[in-house]
Order: sequence, then C-alpha cells, then structure tokens
Amino acid sequence: MGGRAIIIGAGQAGAQGAASLRQAGFDGDIVMFGEEAEPPYQRPPLSKAYLQGELSADRLYLRPPAFYEQQKIDVRLGVRVAVIHRAAKSVETDRGDTLPYDKLLIATGAPPRKLTCQGADLPGVHYLRTIADSDALRPALKKGGRIVIVGAGYIGLEVAASARKAGLDVTVIEMADRVLARVAGKEISAFFEKLHRDQGVDLRLGAGLDHFEGKTRLEALVRKSGERIDCSAVLVGVGAAPATALAEAADLRIANGVWTDEYARASDPDIYAAGDCSSHPSALYERRLRLESVPNAIEQAKVAGANMAGGKVVYDAVPWFWSDQYDVKLQTVGLGEGADRTVVRGDPDAKKFSVWYLNVGRLLAVDAINDPAAFAISKRLIAARTVVDAKALADPATDLKSLVS
Amino acid sequence: MPKITYIEHSGKEHVVEAESGISVMEAAVKNMIPGIDADCGGACACATCHVYVDAAWADKVGKPEAMEESMLDFAYEPKENSRLSCQITVKKDLDGLVVRLPEFQG
Repeated sequence: MGGRAIIIGAGQAGAQGAASLRQAGFDGDIVMFGEEAEPPYQRPPLSKAYLQGELSADRLYLRPPAFYEQQKIDVRLGVRVAVIHRAAKSVETDRGDTLPYDKLLIATGAPPRKLTCQGADLPGVHYLRTIADSDALRPALKKGGRIVIVGAGYIGLEVAASARKAGLDVTVIEMADRVLARVAGKEISAFFEKLHRDQGVDLRLGAGLDHFEGKTRLEALVRKSGERIDCSAVLVGVGAAPATALAEAADLRIANGVWTDEYARASDPDIYAAGDCSSHPSALYERRLRLESVPNAIEQAKVAGANMAGGKVVYDAVPWFWSDQYDVKLQTVGLGEGADRTVVRGDPDAKKFSVWYLNVGRLLAVDAINDPAAFAISKRLIAARTVVDAKALADPATDLKSLVS
Repeated sequence: MPKITYIEHSGKEHVVEAESGISVMEAAVKNMIPGIDADCGGACACATCHVYVDAAWADKVGKPEAMEESMLDFAYEPKENSRLSCQITVKKDLDGLVVRLPEFQG
C-alpha cells in the first residue's frame, strides 16, 4: 500500500507508529513531525537515571538515526504542525508549509498541567516531560538546598527519590490524603509514604499550594495554610492533559483525549490517534480509557500503524505501568477502580509484596512491589478475565502459578 | 570494541561492535537487530529483550539476579541459559559473546 502517511508527534507512539506502518508493508512516504529537537526518545529515565546524570541523551534514543534512513521515515524535528485541513487532507506547519496525507496519525502526547498561581512563572519552578526539562532541573539537584515537589504522583515521587539520592532536602506537598492516590490502592500509598519518610523526605499530605515567592527567582513556596517553605527549586507534577488542540480545531471528536474506536481510528476514516493524547474503548474494562504509559503508547501505535496500512487489528491490551524509586520497583497491571476487595500477599516490611484488586471475584488489577512474578502472572489472569478464589490468594502457601489455568 | 553475535530464531547471524558500558540490549537496538523489542527501555520491567546465552559464555555472563529471574520465568520459552539482555553489560571480557533470540518476545 502506498500514498503518504503523516505522523504528528515524534514520541514513543509516533516512532512506533512509523515502524509499524513499515512492518505492515506500507511502502509510501512516511513523514513524522516532532516539535522537539531530539529524535524519538524514552521519557521514563528523565526523572531517574538521566536526571541523575547517569545516562547520556543518546542512550535515550529509541532507535539509531540509521533506522529512520533505512526505513525511509522522513523525520522533521523542531517543526510544529499548526493545522489539520481535513477537507483537503493536508497538514500545515508553523512555517506555513502544507503537506497532503492519505493517512494521518495524531500522537501528540500529554504535556504537564501548568500552574497559574502567583509566582508560577518564576525561574526555579520546573515541570518534567522533555529532555530539555530534565536538563533544566539537573543543576538544581547539583546545587543542593531544598527542593519542594508539588504533587505525589509517579513523577513527583521519582524526582523526590532522585533528589534525595543527590543529597538535597526534599519536601513533598500533596493535596490528597495519600500519595499515588490516582493510580494505586491504599496499601501501596502507605508503603510509599513510609519508604519516602524513611529516606528523609518531608512528606505533607492534605497540603495545598497557595503561591510562590521570589524577587527575580524562586525563594519560597507558600502553602494554603500560610506556611512558608524556603526552597531553591520546585518540581510541579500535578498530572498531564492530552494535547487535543489540533484535533479539536479540526472538529474531530474529543472524549478525554482524541476519541478513537477499537481500531485506533479517530472520528475520520483516514485519521488515527495513539498514546497519551487519545482515549479508546476497552472491552476488558467495559469503558473508555485514556492511559498515560509507555506500554499503551507502543501497543496502541502498533495497532494504528497496522490499520493505517490496511489492516483490521483491534486494540484491547491490558494496561500496565512501572515506577522505580530508591531500591523499589512498582509494577502495576490493570486498573483497580471498582474493586470491592483487596488481598495483600507478602510482607510490605520486607519490601516485597503484591496487592490484588478484585470485583465480585474477578481480578481487576495488581500492584506488585519488587515482585515480578506477581506482575507476570496477574497480567495473564487479568487478560483472561479470571475469577480467582480470594481465600486461596490470601494464603501465602498458595503457589501463584496454580492460579493460571 | 567487544564484538557480539546475535543469532535470530531463523538462524540469521548479526555481528556487531558494541561500546563497553552499554547493555547487550542497547547494542542490539543501536544496530537494529530484529527480535529485541525492549519496550521498557532497560528497566527490567517487561521481559521483551529475552536472549539465550551461548553455553560457552554462560560463566562469563553470569546468572540473573532475583528480579530478573522472576521476569524470565514468564518470558516466552525460558531456558536454563535465558537472560534479559538489558541486564548484561558489555565489557572487554565479553568480546566474542554469542546470544540467540527466542521465536517471540513478551
């Protein structure tokens, strides 16, 4: 199949989409636009090894430059697509160039939510999404002093761990009454709260931000309670919002992200979307999902690429996530929302355990701490919509493998 | 630079020169070896960079740590000589290393 495929966004989903188009036999032009200066790269190390200076930027690149040449993928970096002209089937860049497409993939990601309070634009207030963001934050970790993290999600807690490792004083303020409230159960929250406090993090829960102070650069953060916390840097990790502006302006359907059907197709037969920017119907969970994760970006982009090349592949993967903090690896499979029962296996004090979330016996999700066996087994059980015996599950003598039929 | 040979499931061989300090997975990705997906980018979180270490190299490469071993348990067709290539660091000692790729990843 030929013609031209255009990909908007050169992140994990964009790069995979391009590779999968070729794998599926698409032999037309592929043009991929990326706003950033770097070729497609992995973002997870930006809050960990790369931030800590242990990895060079070229080790983040998903594929070598030769890959794009060999596969005849025209990667145009530092270029923003400004408009999608659906009627003319073309895109227009911020430089005024217009390029027609036969198939279009929107993979624009989900940039961090920005704060608008007083002082939010002071130098010293950081966000983390790109290599440039991580490069800007790294000197603050070298300088010492206190960093305040706003928001105790994955990004906030990973940066807290990196900053402690670098010897900084770290305060984390979180509006909710527990950490990772949006993505994990109470047992996991309690575990990470203890972990960070044991590592010397000053963790404040139920704590709201009011504003920042500083003359020419950040000097302090002021809480809603009036408390003033002196600091030399702030990292804001309060979630991400799908980049849907282009799709909205093109009058595509939006549903917490660019709406797609089970084939990763948007509300236009020639336009597809994948990754953080999009939402898709999940047969497994019987609702629409928008996921912010690398595995989702990769798997959904594989489906989009195959279907753009004329295939008819359905996307219904089991969501999974991971996070590394200090010597702890959290691996999550599935989504625990709607659980009516949780079962803990193993010993949180030994830093190796798993939490199993059930709904009327059916396994919905598992959070595994330093326990890849629980992670791997539950992935199969969840995909097969398995009803598990909670009693057997809670019994430490039960071999997990016996749960797989 | 140490040489590493990757043998695809089909038997096709790829010999690459790899920089010391990077992982056997990274060397494969850099050299576009098909059959190593490495979805998590080397975080030992996904088991999609599974390889079989050639018997002659087993001792030099060594055994997996506990986390890796558990991940391997659930890789496609794990064997005694299975490793996650993201957890093997390229070094002078491993010049000439031979690894074989499974039929599937993940």
